[in-house]
Amino acid sequence: MNTSGSIGRILNKYTIFIVLFVMAVALSFLSPYFLTPQNLINVLITESGRGILAIGVAFTIISKGIDLSVGSIVSLTSVVAASLIQDPSYGARIFPGLPLLPVFVPVLAGLAAGILIGAINGALIAYTAIPPFIATLGSMIVARGLGLILTNAYPVPMLRPEFKQIGQGSLGPIPYVVIVFILVAIVAYILLNSTKFGKNIYAIGGNINAARTSGIKVEKNLVFIYGFSGLCASIAGILITARAASGIATLGNNYELDAIAAATIGGTSHAGGIGTIPGIIAGILILGILNNGLLLLGISPYLQQVIKGVIIVVAVIFDMRKNAIRR
Amino acid sequence: MDENILEMRSIVRTFPGVKALNSVDFHLKKGTVHALMGENGAGKSTLMKCLVGINPPDSGDIILKSKKVTILNPLTALKLGIAMIYQELNPVAERSVMENIWLGREPTYGKIGFFVDHKAMFQKTKELLADLELDLNPHQKVKELSIAKMQMIEIAKAVSYNADIVIMDEPTSALTPNEVDHLFSMIRKLKQRGVSVIYISHKMEEIFRIADEVTVLRDGNKVLTRPIAEMNIGTLISAMVGRDLTEMFPKIECPIGDIRLEVRHFEVPGLLHDISFDLRRGEILGVSGLVGAGRTELMETIFGLRKKSAGELLVDGKPVQIDSPVDAIKAGMGFLTEDRRLTGIVPVLSVKVNTVLAHLDGYNGGFGFLEQRKMTKDCIEYKNKLSIKTPTIEALIQNLSGGNQQKVLVARWLLNNPDILILDEPTRGIDVGAKAEIHSIITKLASEGKSIIMVSSELPEIIGMSDRVMVVCQGRITAILDRKDLDQETIMRYATSIENHAA
Repeated sequence: MNTSGSIGRILNKYTIFIVLFVMAVALSFLSPYFLTPQNLINVLITESGRGILAIGVAFTIISKGIDLSVGSIVSLTSVVAASLIQDPSYGARIFPGLPLLPVFVPVLAGLAAGILIGAINGALIAYTAIPPFIATLGSMIVARGLGLILTNAYPVPMLRPEFKQIGQGSLGPIPYVVIVFILVAIVAYILLNSTKFGKNIYAIGGNINAARTSGIKVEKNLVFIYGFSGLCASIAGILITARAASGIATLGNNYELDAIAAATIGGTSHAGGIGTIPGIIAGILILGILNNGLLLLGISPYLQQVIKGVIIVVAVIFDMRKNAIRR
Repeated sequence: MDENILEMRSIVRTFPGVKALNSVDFHLKKGTVHALMGENGAGKSTLMKCLVGINPPDSGDIILKSKKVTILNPLTALKLGIAMIYQELNPVAERSVMENIWLGREPTYGKIGFFVDHKAMFQKTKELLADLELDLNPHQKVKELSIAKMQMIEIAKAVSYNADIVIMDEPTSALTPNEVDHLFSMIRKLKQRGVSVIYISHKMEEIFRIADEVTVLRDGNKVLTRPIAEMNIGTLISAMVGRDLTEMFPKIECPIGDIRLEVRHFEVPGLLHDISFDLRRGEILGVSGLVGAGRTELMETIFGLRKKSAGELLVDGKPVQIDSPVDAIKAGMGFLTEDRRLTGIVPVLSVKVNTVLAHLDGYNGGFGFLEQRKMTKDCIEYKNKLSIKTPTIEALIQNLSGGNQQKVLVARWLLNNPDILILDEPTRGIDVGAKAEIHSIITKLASEGKSIIMVSSELPEIIGMSDRVMVVCQGRITAILDRKDLDQETIMRYATSIENHAA
């Protein structure tokens, strides 16, 4: 592909945003309901959790890795947090004798679970040199199993209202979950663009040898990268659980695939070293608008899956051409 | 100016089965350019890898500014002021010029050292580039730059580390004459700042233009160190190649038949220019040249692995269109690649499967099943014919020695019964005994009427085996020599293009 023409270059750079824009315009003509504030807020609420996951996963993909465990971390966080914040009036609590804890305790416990699994992923990848795919496949299965053990595969219901408020409340018209998503995106943007950590991630993914010879502590950075991904996953886990008002040990099953899809559509390259937060957010919104639009147009949810799958592959084909190094 | 900034004493480095450096001494004077020369495999790169800690020496001392130092990795070397600019440049291609220069030590705000100060980074980069009179945009992505510019960035990076010693490994192999001039003016600038340069190159004219001193290595031994003014092209070449043909080459003189393969005016932009030659029945055509001259690229083009922009190919007088290896195999060719591990063997499969891999069509037992018995029979036949040493043909090929792996690959191609066999470095990394066996296999194949193109970096092998030798330099044929005219000096002369300055 000829990328030397300046128009071509600009088109290439902003393809993803143009696609998003065109989709939004098309849908607003096709369905009068699409452009209503309520619908747009709904799209954002639905995509916030997955969006946060995608941001975390994108960090690992930029470093030329992958994180398959994020879906399971959502599940584990869900049951860990929920089990600590069940209403005392409920008879079948996971921890019957538990005193009334302040809300931040279950939240921190959930986040700690996510960070821990993420850091273990990172340490395995850094110090045993097993491929990220395998390391995170293993922890995905382990985390899923831990959640099931904790709950015996039963849901964890009757959560206290102050916890549910996190997922269901809003600041003016904007739900808390959306605000958290925006905050995570801003933090991730700053991390990637304005910190040494961010430069290290790009260098490790772009050319690990160059990173090493420049004195970057690759191993330590990998632990942080996967730890961050775990943190994002557990934030998403808290939000989704609070919204669902119940802890479920299978809550996040297959979420990792949506997150990887969103990051990939958003231009994060599996060849490493490439990916931006605005691109990833565009990727999330494209998937979200697609889901929403197909629903509004009354298209079968099964067909939606087919369309989503095709879009992911087409996105990667374009991406590979775009990023091909000139020879 | 006579002060030695660096001394390397009695450096020994062995690799399994090979003594790559045999007690080599080397020194470098402050503010000078010291050329390091020798044939492919003489130990130049190994010596430098000892210096920057990629392959630390087994024994010997490195004395830097009169202090003994131990360097176990490139970062230590950098911090001590030794920067190496590799032949294969190693940038983070997707990132900007300034991010590459300051990688791992970005300027930051305040004391926390976490938030990168992009303004300061830009400013420092601007100053650095201005200081070196380099016209580059600090924000540009490195992948958009030419090789020459990437090299300049590496040099700028070295300067930014306050390096006293800059090692350049074949820096001009991918540069145009103008870019070479620019590089040389940069080297002179470095010298004025008191920086010393170790300059590895094969190119005679460059050495005489830029170097102050020269050290020649041969087979892991130091041959000499002299001021360049005391040398001339003749003395340098004989220092580099001055060894006898000790190895025996079982060349069988056999009648050479009609022309089988004709290559006419091959062009590959930036790599090959106007390549024409022919190859006869029963002939071994040696192809000589320096690393990077385009020998492998030429073979890949003939075999359809690389696209040519012009030129035609005739087999037995008829034009043949070759766009892929499949076409080449149909036209009766076989190609034993240069890198056995990378493009030849499948390490985790058996000797048998590795042998039949390119000939599976020949074992079609119907319904897509393979005729196992015939496969085994053929495999055993070639195992005996080429005396492949393996416990059984079911053994994994990765457990065989390099020489035996190579024989398996030869067997793989022979199964297809090609008329034309292209062998790229057929004895690289193989011990002496196995080498002789491979040589006798090659000669025997030629005496059976096969046409053979043999690319080799080892001059004794080329001279011992070939009926004719084609010398390639910078993507052009600089000579086609008959067997009677072969000697190392002549080949080296053409390979370094002393007598051919056609640009």
